[in-house]
Amino acid sequence: MRPGTEGAHDRTPTTESLFTARSAGGRRERFVSALLAASAAATVLVTVGLVLTLIFEAGHFLVEVGLLSFLLDSEWTPGFRPARYGILPLLVGTLKVAAIASVVALPIGLLTAIYLSEYADRRARALLKPLLETLAGIPTVVYGYFALIVVTPALRSVLPGIEVFNALSAGIVVGIMIIPMVSSLSEDAFRAVPRSLRDGAFALGATRFEVAWRIVLPAAASGVVAAFILALSRAIGETMIVAIAAGDLAGLSLDPRIATQTMTAYIVQMSLGDTPRGTIEYQSLFAVCMTLFLLTLALNATSQRIVRRFRTVYR
Amino acid sequence: MATIHPIPAGDVPALQTEQLSVYYGSNPALRGIDLTVPRNRVVALIGPSGCGKSTLLRCFNRMNELIPEARVEGTVRFNGEDLYGERVDPVNVRRRIGMVFQRPNPFPRSIFDNVAFGPRINGNTTGLAQTVERALRQAALWDEVRDRLNESAYDLSVGQQQRLCIARTLAVRPEIVLMDEPASALDPIATQRIEELIYELKEDYSILIVTHSLQQAARVSDYTAFLYHGELVEYGPTDLIFTNPVEERTEAYVTGRFG
Repeated sequence: MRPGTEGAHDRTPTTESLFTARSAGGRRERFVSALLAASAAATVLVTVGLVLTLIFEAGHFLVEVGLLSFLLDSEWTPGFRPARYGILPLLVGTLKVAAIASVVALPIGLLTAIYLSEYADRRARALLKPLLETLAGIPTVVYGYFALIVVTPALRSVLPGIEVFNALSAGIVVGIMIIPMVSSLSEDAFRAVPRSLRDGAFALGATRFEVAWRIVLPAAASGVVAAFILALSRAIGETMIVAIAAGDLAGLSLDPRIATQTMTAYIVQMSLGDTPRGTIEYQSLFAVCMTLFLLTLALNATSQRIVRRFRTVYR
Repeated sequence: MATIHPIPAGDVPALQTEQLSVYYGSNPALRGIDLTVPRNRVVALIGPSGCGKSTLLRCFNRMNELIPEARVEGTVRFNGEDLYGERVDPVNVRRRIGMVFQRPNPFPRSIFDNVAFGPRINGNTTGLAQTVERALRQAALWDEVRDRLNESAYDLSVGQQQRLCIARTLAVRPEIVLMDEPASALDPIATQRIEELIYELKEDYSILIVTHSLQQAARVSDYTAFLYHGELVEYGPTDLIFTNPVEERTEAYVTGRFG
């Protein structure tokens, strides 16, 4: 055989049936499709199972305690006799920490996003973005001890009368933790504003600040609000920092200087202890979980609605 | 070498470039442009895509500075002053030399607020309603929007949006209006309205217009500059450029033999 002729032979049309080829491929295709569907179903099943467990256990608790007293009682004293189970103190504690965190994270996150999207040159971005990502990647337990060991003593040297475990320190550090979330989600919203709008404003003699403040920010407002709400939801769900640094006093006080128990911190406290299954204390855990779940679910849904309803459609 | 036909003695220069070059990174986009834009005249910049027309236009209001890699060399004079002088604030330049873009880019807010944007950032809010009305009248849009000033600018047709953008530019009371293919996104009727508008506006403004349409250049402009590969090939009165150009490349382009 002369060199070069093998190739020609290789390309000879086969007599293999089109149907056999298809069914082999079809079987593999069906297997892949089933595998993917199973993975998706697993996520759904886990979620459904989780929610059902929550509803079931929390239901027992609510039958025992009563929905009204759970929602309206002003005390949360599971350890006392008679124990009282009003969610309000835990809710107030949670919102207090989240509010402090927001005061820290929203302005800093927003201004960071404006800087990154409207002011920073390539070099500054290359420096700042990885730093923010690092901030987002720090384990929360590290943040927790940072609050307890660094921030609290610093606060105590400035504000006498502040307790060792307090809402302020935990709130500030939760705020620091969610800055990257606020800034990166807001920056995405800013970057979605078309270049042509900025050019239009620059051409009218707007300064960089006027472009950012009067054009980009209003145009991206829905995205920024959604970012705020998602970050707030993250702050409400944050556990480790508050468990370590905020203390475990469930009370209705808004004072940021005193020990404060959040819903998440209560859940940690209860699950670490030796609470027997089936007791009312054990079930209270699920009632708090349920409340937390509904709260963050509502916030996430609100955030999505805002993005959908108030999104500016550019033409 | 470029052929620059003399400008009649009665025409006062408003903008002048001397050996103007622009680089994007190390790529030259414009090389050694010498161009004079007389006051209250319409100057058209023509040439094939990528010849540097838009880049040249953006030199006159220092918009090129918003592109990080762009570098401008040479001089641009505005009423004799160096536009790129050390003490010149580009924000001030842009308040006196306005710009209308290729695609209408109204802000996502009301018709009124769009026109009022410039006066507001300049702090000229006394008589704002009159300023807005005057600008909308000048842009031949007033009659269509007088009853719906608070509606979103996005509810206007594309042609109306472009006139709104012209009104927005005029509300700042610039001396010069730069237009970057202002009718390229519009239908023929809207295009005609813009062209009529340009004709009326030259009473009060000097206008520099980049256009892909030779007919448009011939209809609206007093002077035409033909650019090719970043160089100014020929510049002079529009009828001369279109009927009796000196340069072979100009003739080839205006007769449609390339581009």
